[in-house]
Amino acid sequence: MAILPPREDWPFQKIARDEKIWMGIAFCVSIFLFLWMIIWHVYAKQNPSFVTYKTTPEEFYQLTKAFIEKYKVGEENGIPVVKPPPGSDVFMIGMQFRWEPVLILKKGEEYRLHISSLDVVHGISIQPVNMNFMVLPKYDYVLTIRPTSSGEFAVICNEFCGIGHHMMIGKIIVEE
Amino acid sequence: MAVAVHDWEKFFRTCDVTGFKVDLRAEKIARLNAVVAVVAFLIAIIAALLLVLTRWQMFHILPVDWYYRVLTLHGLNGLVFWIIFFELAALVFGSTAFLNTRISSPTAGWLGSVLAIIGWLMVNYTIFTGNADVLMTSYAPLKAHPLFYLGMILFAVGALVIVMVFFANLMIWRRENPGQSLPLFVYGLLAAAIIAVVTIASGAIIYIPTLLWSVGIISDIDAAVYRLVWWGLGHPSQQINVSAHVAVWYLLAFLTVGGTSINEKVSRFAFVLYILAINVASAHHLLVDPAVSPVWKVWNTSYVMYLAVFASMIHAFAVPSAIEVAQRRRGYTKGLFEWLKAAPWGNPAFSGLILSMIIFGFIGGITGVVNGMEQTNIIAHNTLSVPGHFKGAVVGGTVLAFMSVTYYLIPLLFRKKIAFYGLAKFVPWLFGIGIAITAVSLYILGAFGIPRRHWDITFSGGPFTFTFNPVVDFFWALFGVGGILAVIGALIWILQVVVSVFFGQPFRGPQDLQIPIAEPPPPSEGEHNGFAAPGTFVLVLLFITAFIIFVALNYGWLAAMWEVK
Repeated sequence: MAILPPREDWPFQKIARDEKIWMGIAFCVSIFLFLWMIIWHVYAKQNPSFVTYKTTPEEFYQLTKAFIEKYKVGEENGIPVVKPPPGSDVFMIGMQFRWEPVLILKKGEEYRLHISSLDVVHGISIQPVNMNFMVLPKYDYVLTIRPTSSGEFAVICNEFCGIGHHMMIGKIIVEE
Repeated sequence: MAVAVHDWEKFFRTCDVTGFKVDLRAEKIARLNAVVAVVAFLIAIIAALLLVLTRWQMFHILPVDWYYRVLTLHGLNGLVFWIIFFELAALVFGSTAFLNTRISSPTAGWLGSVLAIIGWLMVNYTIFTGNADVLMTSYAPLKAHPLFYLGMILFAVGALVIVMVFFANLMIWRRENPGQSLPLFVYGLLAAAIIAVVTIASGAIIYIPTLLWSVGIISDIDAAVYRLVWWGLGHPSQQINVSAHVAVWYLLAFLTVGGTSINEKVSRFAFVLYILAINVASAHHLLVDPAVSPVWKVWNTSYVMYLAVFASMIHAFAVPSAIEVAQRRRGYTKGLFEWLKAAPWGNPAFSGLILSMIIFGFIGGITGVVNGMEQTNIIAHNTLSVPGHFKGAVVGGTVLAFMSVTYYLIPLLFRKKIAFYGLAKFVPWLFGIGIAITAVSLYILGAFGIPRRHWDITFSGGPFTFTFNPVVDFFWALFGVGGILAVIGALIWILQVVVSVFFGQPFRGPQDLQIPIAEPPPPSEGEHNGFAAPGTFVLVLLFITAFIIFVALNYGWLAAMWEVK
């Protein structure tokens, strides 16, 4: 009884058969889900990266600037457009309230995408593939990505970063 | 040994309905906390209506600065203040009246309440005056006014003081009743209180340096450390709610149909699992963060190999089977589900209990596991799937359970008749169905990639633009309708509570009881070895099937994304 002390022999009461079976099923599902995450790490191709470097906003800004100067191919709405070679280190910086630069990538090729923030916490959300990662100041988060579809992709900020949060949209172009 | 003789009896009244001895000093403190809880809930609900009508882009009524301000108000009042104040009331009342014992220190009870209320007022004031547009999570280096952090600290300290009073009450009870076991309801509250200590300590650990940073004493707060420690408060505080609302489920099963856990050893074991495994939930929010390793993520996000999820699944059988067995003993034994059909559906506390369990399990629980698995988090993180999950878990689960039990608290704690009782039977349905629709719509909108906490998904003023799949318009409308239904349900409930408590007719005795309290069912005819609750067994199998299908679907969608490692 929920509001009265339990019967005296409660620690020794036998568990009903259906409750026992259910607990068995529930326990197995729990352990399976746990193992599944590990199995997915070993065998599947979508896992959150665990490569992180400490950095500073100044250092990361310089790295991004150098990267832009090296591979710049144009400008769109005031934002530089860069086309790095496949397999290279690619930089994208989030700041209140824009992403820099616009990236042109090649489908099926691998890139080491470095992301960090110049100011507060941001979130990078690539649409419509719907992939989401956090962007923290002072941390260089390295995502090794391989775009498997082509076209224009929006880069949305999905962590509240201030009054202009909704204007923070960038672009990744994936060519065939 | 000389013992001071106290005349404790003068502090008690004897409840004419339950026969419990109620400490009047504890009752006053519980009433104060419950009233503040309802005021916080009202703020959250008004904010919710404005937010629904802003995100539903057809209306888009709030300007950008007020959107984030109202969102901050909504998050803190709804997810933190209303629920915690309600739980403080439950802790004070549950550890005295339900144990027929006295409050250990009324002074400490008042001190804790006053501190928490001052903190609550400070936080609301700073937000409302535009000095804390940082949302509920206040991620550093976004900065709020120092009074905001100070208010949060005062609130946490006040809550902690009341939790300590709760522990001391239990010690008095233990001394005066050697050898007895706690009633299951109070046992569940005890689990909630233990989790609360760990949680609130995390809050203090991060808000104190953040306060010092906001006044310029500390030069820098690391964003990753802030997120790690803050979520030690943010997510486990929701596990206080889970523990408390599961305790309320057991209480409601007893009050509405006389159901008692068919095996208290099992139910208690599940509460112990909560205490052991649930505090690590910080990881749920850091799965796609830099700075933490996959081993840490997998171990912590799974609540130590999903032992806490296992515990919830144990309760998912234990509570409905308590109802089923009680009903079967009354003679409703035909088929698998006669017990359910013949249940007291007209009792709002019963319909609220059932809806709360269904929404918590099927919507909140399943989506929670999917969002919180390390890899599927990539396609759910910071999208509307996140509020979709906790609308199901916290609003459909905890809030609806608390609303339902309030129909018993009005006569038994506040000693008032329930105003407009005829409306009560609609409230759980309006609120429950409304919030279920809202939660599911949000989850689907999130699956289309729409971000949470975002004023304008047409990105006006941005250098580029993006248009989501046009199907989302339908789900926005569904989200709006569900949200408005839930708001109406909540407002009726608030009206009932406020009118009853402040202007209601006094409750004079059992003859004034509007909401029925079930007689205990006839005793069972001896032990048997078969299935105790076959209907419940079928329901939980249905649940586990839906669960596995949903996990599989999400991993399927994930596999279609770009490759990333």
